[in-house]
Amino acid sequence: MAQKKSFNDQQDDKHYSEGRRNFLKQSSLLTALAITPPYLLKAAESELDEKAAGYFEKMPLSIEINGVNHKLSIEPRTTLLDLMREQLALTGTKKGCDHGQCGACTVHVDGNRVLSCLTLAVMVEGKKITTVEGLADGDQLHPMQEAFIKHDGFQCGYCTPGQIMSAIGCIREGHANSDDEIREYMSGNICRCGAYPNIVKAIADVKKGGQKL
Amino acid sequence: MIHFDYIRVSTTKAAVDAIVKDSKAQWIAGGTNLVDLMKKGVMAPDKLVDINNLALKEIKKQSSSLLIGALALNGPVADNELVRKEQPLLSLALQAGASAQLRNMATVGGNMMQRTRCPYFYNPDMPCNKREPGTGCGALKGFNRMHAIFTDSEKCIAVHPSDMSIALVALDATVLVSGPKGDRRIPFQNFHRLPGDMPQKDNTLERGELIVAVDIPDNKFSKNVHYLKVRDRTSYAFALVSVAAALDMQGSTIKDVRLAMGGVAHKPWRLPEAENFLKGKTASEAVFRQAAELSMKGAKGYGYNNFKLRLAPTSIVEALKAASGKK
Ligand SMILES: Cc1cc2nc3c(=O)[nH]c(=O)nc-3n(C[C@H](O)[C@H](O)[C@H](O)COP(=O)(O)OP(=O)(O)OC[C@H]3O[C@@H](n4cnc5c(N)ncnc54)[C@H](O)[C@@H]3O)c2cc1C
Ligand code: FES
Ligand code: FES
Repeated sequence: MAQKKSFNDQQDDKHYSEGRRNFLKQSSLLTALAITPPYLLKAAESELDEKAAGYFEKMPLSIEINGVNHKLSIEPRTTLLDLMREQLALTGTKKGCDHGQCGACTVHVDGNRVLSCLTLAVMVEGKKITTVEGLADGDQLHPMQEAFIKHDGFQCGYCTPGQIMSAIGCIREGHANSDDEIREYMSGNICRCGAYPNIVKAIADVKKGGQKL
Repeated sequence: MIHFDYIRVSTTKAAVDAIVKDSKAQWIAGGTNLVDLMKKGVMAPDKLVDINNLALKEIKKQSSSLLIGALALNGPVADNELVRKEQPLLSLALQAGASAQLRNMATVGGNMMQRTRCPYFYNPDMPCNKREPGTGCGALKGFNRMHAIFTDSEKCIAVHPSDMSIALVALDATVLVSGPKGDRRIPFQNFHRLPGDMPQKDNTLERGELIVAVDIPDNKFSKNVHYLKVRDRTSYAFALVSVAAALDMQGSTIKDVRLAMGGVAHKPWRLPEAENFLKGKTASEAVFRQAAELSMKGAKGYGYNNFKLRLAPTSIVEALKAASGKK
């Protein structure tokens, strides 16, 4: 039975053809890239700033993560979180909400706490990233890691890497002067298990210790 | 997220040109709003123009104002000595917004440009005149607990979510912009707009106009200020209602006052009637209550947000009490 296409079907058709067009565009680009002499690509890469880089699909990225330099080639839409977890096997940083609402993905960029799920990796070109994997000095845990263990600052542990990175930021920023202030300035880190009281104790303890973090 | 191109620019001119040239390009600053909206499919620019290399981060004392660069970060601005000393209301409002991590990423320019948090706007499967003009306002007869009680049109009852902007409108700030036709200064009061017939337009910027700074004129509001934010949890939540109150007190006489509300309209909502009424009066709870009542003229609830009709005036009174030191 010949039926008129519903509105939704037409939408799907449109998406399909757009998807196909994009795919063709991309694959011909890839072919073009594959046959471009490397010296040309190099020359083009060095002039990427202020130029449309999207033509190349992927962009060069050099960043330092936990003291290790990485020279990578990534899609502009890759978040720092996905880059670390899915391409660099750095799974210490967790994905909770992927929308800036939970703090599980907190890392330090040039020493400041930020959310890696809302950070496009291309935007941290040339910066120094520290994740929870980069805190310990060999077998010697970071004072904040020690404090979380001492005060039992976690249950399932899923939020913990984000809590620890954020806690260090909280002290560095000078906002750990009372339990209330700690709670306010740690409010960007949600703990589903409710380990909050012990997290506050751990931070207050490190703050009291007065070490430079 | 869909594919997009990405470029970096290092001058204001290059930033403006890149946007003028490409109708689907968009600037990215901290990315905390844009990346979120792109993940949700609410916004889909085909090119991101990264403006973080522009020299717009400075906070500078001018002869009779404080100038804050558009790329200054929300957290550092809130903690800045000059800001805390000269414009403590701004510092308080910034601290009340988002989380410490987000404030380390979010810029002053991006903050005032952030889109509404209306759940109908955020969900591309829902009707929304702001996201897709002509599809209707889902919130009008829907779940409108967060929504406006003051508006000029029922085409959109979304509210502007920024805390910082509530302080800036109260402080008579000016927005400095640079665009294809040159530079101009926009009084903060005229920066955001009511929905009218164009709910898709949040503000009065024209395509290609880049915010370069905000300028706050010197004032006497360095002591008796308060930012009250009422929300579903103590921290890290958007305002149901917020009130920015700044008083210049001589003993218990109110010499001058600025009042603005958040969470009640499509733009930061200044309260001129209440301000005029309060000027010259002796501070007391009864006077504050009268001012609050004056502020509610024309307010209307849409069902789930009816509670704001009581919450708003109560919040005004509480904010004034806190700012004046009258417990
Ligand atoms: C979980 C969560 C909770 C939050 N809670 C709060 C809250 O309680 N209170 C609050 O006020 N905010 C809150 N926010 C919002 C946050 O403050 C904004 O996302 C942030 O201020 C946006 O700044 P940005 O620099 O990251 O902007 P971006 O995301 O980079 O940009 C936002 C928009 O502004 C445009 N833009 C950026 N800079 C300029 C410029 N100089 N000139 C012209 N256009 C420009 C961009 O093109 C884009 O369209 C929250 C955000 C999240 C994710
Ligand atoms: S995963 Fe980044 S804030 Fe939740
Ligand atoms: S320890 Fe389980 S979420 Fe925090």
